[in-house]
Amino acid sequence: MDVKRKVGTLLVAGATVAGLAIVSISSTAGASSVNWSKVTHLTARGPTSMKALVAAAKKEGKLNVIALPRNWANYGQILDGFAKKYHIKINSANPEGSSGQEVTALQVDKGRSTAPDVIDVGTNYAITAQSDGLLTPYKVSTWKEIPASLKQSGGYWFDDYGGFVAIGCNSAAVTCPTSFADLAAKATKGTKYTIGLNNSPTTAAAALAGVIAAAVANGGSLDNVAPGVTYFANLNKAGTFFPGTASAATVENNSTNIVIWWDYLQASNLSNVLGSWKVIIPTDAAVGEFYTQAIAKAAPDPAAARLWEEYLYSTTGQNLWLKGEARPVELAYMQAHGTANKAWVAKLPGVPNGVTLQYPTVTQLTNAATYVDANWAAMVGAG
Amino acid sequence: MDNETTDVTDPGASAPGSVTSSPVAKPWQKRLRRGVGPTLAMTPFFVYVFLGLGIPTIALINLAFRNHQGKLTTSNIHLVTHGVFLTGFENSIRLALISSIIPGVLGVFLAYAVHTSRSNIGRRLITTASGVLANFGGINLAFIFISALGAQGLLTVWLNAIHVNPYSHGFSIYTYYGVATVYLYFQLPLMMLVITPALAGLRPSWREAAANMGASSWRYWRHVGVPVLMPSVLGGMLLLFGSAFAAYATAAALTGGIIALTPIQIGNFLNGNVIAGQENVGYALGLGMLVILAVTMILYGLVRRRASRWLQ
Amino acid sequence: MASIAGDFALEQVLERPDEPPTRRFRRPRFRTWRLVVMLLAGAYFLLPLYAGLKFALQNDAGHFSFFAVKAIPSAQGFTAAFTLSMKIALVTVVLAMLLMVPTTIYVHLRLPRVRRAVEFITILPLVIPPIILITGVLASYPGWIKSSPYLLSFLYVILAMPFVYRSLDAGLGAIDLKTLVEASRSLGGSWVQTLRRVIMPNLRAALLSAMVLTLALVLGEYTMASLDIWETVPVWIVNFEQSDAHITVAASMFGLIGTWVLLTLIVSLDRSQSRRSRRKAGTA
Repeated sequence: MDVKRKVGTLLVAGATVAGLAIVSISSTAGASSVNWSKVTHLTARGPTSMKALVAAAKKEGKLNVIALPRNWANYGQILDGFAKKYHIKINSANPEGSSGQEVTALQVDKGRSTAPDVIDVGTNYAITAQSDGLLTPYKVSTWKEIPASLKQSGGYWFDDYGGFVAIGCNSAAVTCPTSFADLAAKATKGTKYTIGLNNSPTTAAAALAGVIAAAVANGGSLDNVAPGVTYFANLNKAGTFFPGTASAATVENNSTNIVIWWDYLQASNLSNVLGSWKVIIPTDAAVGEFYTQAIAKAAPDPAAARLWEEYLYSTTGQNLWLKGEARPVELAYMQAHGTANKAWVAKLPGVPNGVTLQYPTVTQLTNAATYVDANWAAMVGAG
Repeated sequence: MDNETTDVTDPGASAPGSVTSSPVAKPWQKRLRRGVGPTLAMTPFFVYVFLGLGIPTIALINLAFRNHQGKLTTSNIHLVTHGVFLTGFENSIRLALISSIIPGVLGVFLAYAVHTSRSNIGRRLITTASGVLANFGGINLAFIFISALGAQGLLTVWLNAIHVNPYSHGFSIYTYYGVATVYLYFQLPLMMLVITPALAGLRPSWREAAANMGASSWRYWRHVGVPVLMPSVLGGMLLLFGSAFAAYATAAALTGGIIALTPIQIGNFLNGNVIAGQENVGYALGLGMLVILAVTMILYGLVRRRASRWLQ
Repeated sequence: MASIAGDFALEQVLERPDEPPTRRFRRPRFRTWRLVVMLLAGAYFLLPLYAGLKFALQNDAGHFSFFAVKAIPSAQGFTAAFTLSMKIALVTVVLAMLLMVPTTIYVHLRLPRVRRAVEFITILPLVIPPIILITGVLASYPGWIKSSPYLLSFLYVILAMPFVYRSLDAGLGAIDLKTLVEASRSLGGSWVQTLRRVIMPNLRAALLSAMVLTLALVLGEYTMASLDIWETVPVWIVNFEQSDAHITVAASMFGLIGTWVLLTLIVSLDRSQSRRSRRKAGTA
C-alpha cells in the first residue's frame, strides 16, 4: 500500500514536471497559442516573429484570394512565387471579379472556409469596407517604406501598386497620337480610328480615370470632370468611339485600334497580342491611381493572410509588380536604396517631361463618379 | 380517393378538439379533412416557390427601403425615380417593347414557315437549335455580332466592298436599334419555342374546310387562325418582354453604359469598381423593375380579355 | 381558356407522327414565301456564327488554325468548370423532375381549379429578372447554404419551372389521365405502380423535352452563376476572355454547337426508340 502510494506520487510528480516542461516548450515555440487574427504587426523575436508566422501559415496550409487575374500586374508570377516558396495552396476565386464583388464576398461569405483572406480593391472600396467593420489592421514589416499618403494610419488598408492612364495604339493600323489633343485632332469623322475604354466609366475605375485624364487634358481638372465627358461625346459624334469593352479580343479582331487604359494593363494584355501595339502616357495628362490591400477581419487563414502581405511588401513582391510594369508603392524607397530592379524600371512607360503627376483623392474620384454616372449616357450615348 | 371517403360512423374519427365525440362529422370537419390531402400534396411546390422566389423578393423589397447602415429610408426610391435612373427605366421599357413585339410577330411567321416544311430532320434541328439559342446571350453573343456587324465587322467590310456603308446611314449596333437587332438572336428562338405548339393546334382540316366553303386565305386567318393563335402570341410577347427587360450581360457588353439601362445600372452598384457602399440603390432599382413587370402582367391580362372579346 | 404560354415546341416535335403536310403547302407561291423567310432567317442567324467560328479557328497571326480548339480541354480551369456545370445540371434535372412531376400530376388529377394559380406562378420566373433573384438570394440566405454550388441547382429549378411545367402539363393534357389512373387502380395497381408503369411511359416525350430544355438553360446561364461566384462553363468562358480571345470564342462556339448536337441526339434517339417500340407493339 505504501509502495503503491509512493509510486503513485512519484508518477504524478513526474507527470506534472513533464507537463510543465511541455507547456513551456510549446509556449516558446508559440505556434498554438497565438491568435493570429489579432496580430497587428510582427516582432523581431518571439511568438509573433516572422519565423512563427511562416510556421503558422504553413499549418493553415491555404490562402483564399479573390479577383486577381493572372495577367494583371504580373499577379500570375506573384501567386506562383508565394505558393512555391511557402508550399501554401492558393485558392484564387473569381479572377475577373470587381472591387464591389470583393467587398460583397467579404460580407456574404463570412464563416465560409472559402471566404477571402485578403482583398485588392480600389481605395474607396477599402474605406467603405473599413467603415463596415470588415477589415482588420496590420502593418507590414516595411510599413515605413510606404508613403504616408498611400496608407491608412491605423493599418486597416495600404496601397500596393498603381499606374498611369495611357493611350495604347495599333501602330500598324493608324498613326499613333501623343496626347489627348492630338488624338482628337486625328480621329475625326470618316477616319479609321476606333477608340475604346476598358468597360464603362460608370463601372470601371480604369475607364473613369481615362475620362478624368481627358478632362485634365481639356481644360478640366481632378475636380472638374465635365470636359472629359464632352471629349468622349465628341468622339462618339465623330463615329470614332467604341462603346463596348475594349480588350485583347477587340484589339485582335481590329474593332479597336486605340485603347485608353492603365499602362501596366496595356502591357500585359494588349502588347503581347499585337507586336505593333505601342503604349504612351499622354503629354497633356498624367493621371495615376493606386490600388489598395487589406486583410479581412473574418479571414479563415489569418496567418497565411499576413504572410501574403509580408511577401507582397518585400523586395521580391514589389519587384514582381514592377516586372508587370506597374509602379509598386515602395518604388521611391527602393530606387533610393538600390533595391529596385533597374531593367524593369527602365521598361516602365516613360512619363513625358514637364507633365505634372496627378493622383485623384477618394473624394475627387467619388465626385467624378457621381457626375459621370448621371451624365455619361445622356451626353455620350444615343439615349 | 383516400380523402374522399371519410368514415363518418367511426367513433374514432371525431374531429380534433371536440369534447363530445359525436358519431357524425360536421360539414366544416369534412371540408377540413378534404382540404388536408391536397394542401399536403401541393406543399412541396408552394414551399419551394416561396423559398426560391418569395424570400428573395421580400428581401429585395426590404433592402430597397434601407440605407447602407440598415436604417429605413425612402431616399433610394426618390433617387431612382429621377434623373438618369428614370431615363434608364424608360429606355429599358422601350427596348423591351421593341424586342418583344417585333420578334413576336417575326417569330410567328418563321415558326409557321418551319412548321409547314416537309423535312422532319430539318424541323427537329431547328427546334433544338431554338432551345439552345434561346439561352445564348451575353458577352459571347455581343462579340460575334461585333465581329459581324461592328465598324470593322465581316458584313460591314463586305458591304463596303460593294459601296454600301450602313454606318454612314446612321446604323450602328451600339445604338438602341442595334441592341434590339442583337436581342433578336435569342428572342426569336424563344418565340418560336412558345408558338410552334399553338400552330400545331391549328388543324389542317380546318383550313381545308374553310377553303371548301369558299373562304379566302385572309378570311381564314381573320376568323380562325388569328383568334386561335392570339392568346399564345400575346403570352409569348409577354415572356419576350420580361426576357428583354431583364437582359443584362448582352446589353453591358454592347453598350458599356452609353445607353442608360436599368439592369446595367443595377450591375454597376452591386458589382462595380467605382462607387462603393451604395448597393441599396441597386436594390431600389430592382424593386422598380418588379413594379414595372407587375404592371405589364396586369396590362397583358386586360389586353388578353379585350382581344378575345374583339375577336368573337 | 388557353394557357398563357401554350405548350412547348420540342414535345410536339417528339410526339408528332411523320405525316406529310397537306397539298396546300406545296403551292408555288407559298413555297416561294417560305423560302424567302427561311433564307432571311438563316442569314441572320448564321452570319454571326460564321464570324465567331472564323475567329475561333484563327491563331494570333490571323491564319486558319485549330490551335484554339485544341487548347480548350487543357485550358486552365476548363475541366473544373465543365465538371461543375455537369454536376449542377444533373442535380437541377433531378430536383426539377422530383418536384414538378408529382405536382403536375396531382394538379391534373385532383385540383383543376388550382391550375390557373399554378400556371401563373410558373410564369413568374420568366418575368422576374435573374439579376434581381440572385441579389435577393445573396442578401437573405444563410451562409452555409451559399457555400454550396447546389444553391444554383435549387435556383435553376425555379428558372426552368416554366419550361418544365408547360412540357409536363401539355403531356398530361394529351393523355386521358383520369381514365388511365382509374383503370390502373381498379385493376389493383398501387399508386407507385400506376405512376411507374402507366403514367411515366406515356409522359416520356414530355419528360424528355423538359429535361432537354433544363439542360440547355443550365449550360447557358451566366448572370446568376457569376454573381454567386461559382465558375460554371459560361462563367469560365467570360473569365477566360481576357487571357486569349481565340480560345474563349472557340469555347463559346463549340459549347453552343456541342449543346445543340447533344440535344438533337437525345431527341433523335428517343424518336427512333419510340418508333421501334410502336412498331413492335404493332401500332406503327
